[in-house]
Amino acid sequence: MHLIVQAAILGLLTGGVYALMASGLTLAFGVMRVINVAQGAMIVAGAYVSYTMFTQLQIDPFVSIVIMAPAAFVVGVAVQLVFLRPLRSDEREELSLLVTWAIALGIEGILGIFYQTTLRATRPSYVNDSLTLFGYDVSVVRLAAFAASCVILVLLYLMLQHTRFGRAIRATVQNPTAASLLGVESNRVAAYGFGISVATATAAGAVFGMITPFNAGSHYDLISRLLTIIVLGGMGSLGGAVIAALFMGMSEAILAVEMSPTWASLWFFVILVLVLLIRPQGLLGTPERGKL
Amino acid sequence: MKRVTPAGLARGAAVTAAGLAFPLLVTAPYLMTIAIFTVMYAALATSWNLLGGFSGYLSLGHAAFFGVGAYAEAIVFTHIGIGGGYRPFAMVPLIGLGVAVAAIPIAIVFLRVRGATFAIVTISLLFIVQLLAFNLRSLTNGAQGMSMAIPPFPVATYERPFYYAMLAVFLGSVLCCWIVSTGKLGLMLFAIRDDEDRAHGLGIRVTAAKVIAFCVSAGLFAMPGAIWAYYEGFIYPQFAVDPLVTIGAVLMAFLGGRGTIWGPMLGALILVPAQQYLAYSQGASQLYLIGYSAVFLVIMLLMPRGIIPSLRDLAVSHNPFDRPAGNGESKPSTSGVSP
Amino acid sequence: MTALLESESLTKRFGGIAALDSCSISVAEGNITALIGPNGSGKTTLFNLVTGYLPADSGSIAFAGRSVRRPHPASLYRMGLCRTFQQPRVFSNLTVIENMAAAILQPWGSLLRSRVRSSDRSRALEVLDDFGLTRLADAPAGTLSFGQRKLLEFATVLMGRPRIILLDEPTSGVNPVMIEIMERHIRELHQQGLAFLIVEHDMHVVMRLCDPVIVLDHGAKIAEGAPAAVQSDPTVLDAYLGA
Repeated sequence: MHLIVQAAILGLLTGGVYALMASGLTLAFGVMRVINVAQGAMIVAGAYVSYTMFTQLQIDPFVSIVIMAPAAFVVGVAVQLVFLRPLRSDEREELSLLVTWAIALGIEGILGIFYQTTLRATRPSYVNDSLTLFGYDVSVVRLAAFAASCVILVLLYLMLQHTRFGRAIRATVQNPTAASLLGVESNRVAAYGFGISVATATAAGAVFGMITPFNAGSHYDLISRLLTIIVLGGMGSLGGAVIAALFMGMSEAILAVEMSPTWASLWFFVILVLVLLIRPQGLLGTPERGKL
Repeated sequence: MKRVTPAGLARGAAVTAAGLAFPLLVTAPYLMTIAIFTVMYAALATSWNLLGGFSGYLSLGHAAFFGVGAYAEAIVFTHIGIGGGYRPFAMVPLIGLGVAVAAIPIAIVFLRVRGATFAIVTISLLFIVQLLAFNLRSLTNGAQGMSMAIPPFPVATYERPFYYAMLAVFLGSVLCCWIVSTGKLGLMLFAIRDDEDRAHGLGIRVTAAKVIAFCVSAGLFAMPGAIWAYYEGFIYPQFAVDPLVTIGAVLMAFLGGRGTIWGPMLGALILVPAQQYLAYSQGASQLYLIGYSAVFLVIMLLMPRGIIPSLRDLAVSHNPFDRPAGNGESKPSTSGVSP
Repeated sequence: MTALLESESLTKRFGGIAALDSCSISVAEGNITALIGPNGSGKTTLFNLVTGYLPADSGSIAFAGRSVRRPHPASLYRMGLCRTFQQPRVFSNLTVIENMAAAILQPWGSLLRSRVRSSDRSRALEVLDDFGLTRLADAPAGTLSFGQRKLLEFATVLMGRPRIILLDEPTSGVNPVMIEIMERHIRELHQQGLAFLIVEHDMHVVMRLCDPVIVLDHGAKIAEGAPAAVQSDPTVLDAYLGA
């Protein structure tokens, strides 16, 4: 029992980081119906940049989040403008998958050239410390990563609910035509929304780099989990993504203890298939109606 | 509107003749290897297109079927012991049929969702199969991989049997695509691609059409996998079930023209030799990733419909109504209807 | 005359709003029935429910006297119920003839046979001839003008040998000549035994063409009768002029 709770705690902490990663995907999908398959690669890129900043400049990874964010935002806006906006809207959903996959491959290739295939991990001095809470061991790094993810998610939520720009985003997500009729510049919203999503990706990458060893090829595993999380949670639903992420994190961790780590990974995908059988729109998604 | 046209027959005959004659004219082993992979990807891209190009359901996890085909071949050899020589080739059509039938329940579940969700669940299928390949150790040997029979072919013409096997699968895939595309099933699929809900409203048996396309495509995609396993001699999970196989096939279909019959082959003819050349001369595998990436982005932005439809547009711009019963290119630039 | 299409207490909510509120209508065989009402009264929602594009929250639908438990567009089409849309929907990448052929009900065995068999083609050409679209037979449907698409959409649904056609605003967005053409087709087909349920805003067309007229407001039926009677019904005038 102790082991299971221990595993559940670990899973919860990991799930929080997944939630942060998935939130960027959900945001991108919401504002312009784009599936950003390169999210995984951007997370890995963030991990590498944070790693380099730490090893070369002794900048703490948590600090690197703040440094990377503005640059990532600009890169995100640029990517959206160059590669995603030209796609025709009726095919955008599927084509964006392919375009962003191509971008992901490009990022993987470039990272591979600079860093080769050696596994890296960002290891600040506190990386092996752990606290004991209520009799359970909790890694300091994972706890801090979870906390950072929560902070960023809360900031994201506050931005969406209480700022003018956030309202513009929500309007665009709900009904792009109506939003633009009311003066919301949907192109700008889409670009900035995507920029934010990339910024959250690099932030997640910084913490990811501390938790798991990674190399350029790690993005496949990441993006496959993230995609199943957003489908499970319901495409476009931020709340759904968070719930799905926490659920997946915890169940995978518990299963890894009960069965084996490799079977636990399989669980992700089996759950997805089962959910789709019963509820194709995911947990909190809206049913996919065709055009009427 | 006649189904079998002289032009179509000529194209088919030309490609078949060229394909059959190639190994008699070119004997250098490394060129033959490139040829084998070119024909393999031509077959893969063509069979992917049967689902992705015709119905608009973009499967990004088709490599799962390739992997299943490869492992089926290896498992049959290792656990059932069919022996070497030409017998592994005889297994290929059976494997294709088996995968097509096994894909039926998968198709029924997956085709309940559309668009990007569908694409994502196919990616999940890919990872499920890969994980199973790693984990069902008693069957697949897990990460250590499985070996195939040592082919007894003479060194001088070693590649030929594999080449011809791939060629046969490729021509078979083209034939299937042709039968579907010029038939009622193709009409249904193209209608579904244009407006699935309306297709329902006109009494079209949408689910049946989609499932058939999915399963035939899956079976055809598995067969090159089986041949590949025999050619490689030793297969590992991460290479047999490799997302890059799907992305390659998709890329080639897009390049040549989704929804056309010869487009995917054209895409393969352009991309595979280029990629193989890069791999041989530069050595670094990372470069070809960047190459794939760049080519794909360029196509998407500049020539989104692919080569053949774009050429066709140029050719018929003087005679807008004189088009052959459309093999169904991507949507035209003026759809005119909804905002 | 017998009722061909009936709805009984159909209700459909979107969020907190009842688009249809216990709506019961009856469309008789052999009539051209109009469905009118102010914007937002639920006309298109009724169409969507009755043709199976949306599930109802409660209530039932019957076709040709038999209750349809789970309406699905494909099975309803096979039973003889079809519809057109406000914004005409055609298969843009298929030719006009192929659009028509796609709507012909096929037995299983014909899946591998030719896309447009000669029997399909001649049937389709007959109808296209009536609609004046013969010269466009091999043009991609995506190149047609708005009015031509409306005609094509109308012609297409005839391929299924329907018993009743639900037309959603057949005369909106087209020029007066086209309106006349539409009316003529509806009358001719009506004489051949087809029933119609038409959502229409153009009262002139309604007066000329339809009898009876069903009026919806706020998701329920508020009046029904001959056009002249409905036009002077105070409840109806109230609904249109606003509360």
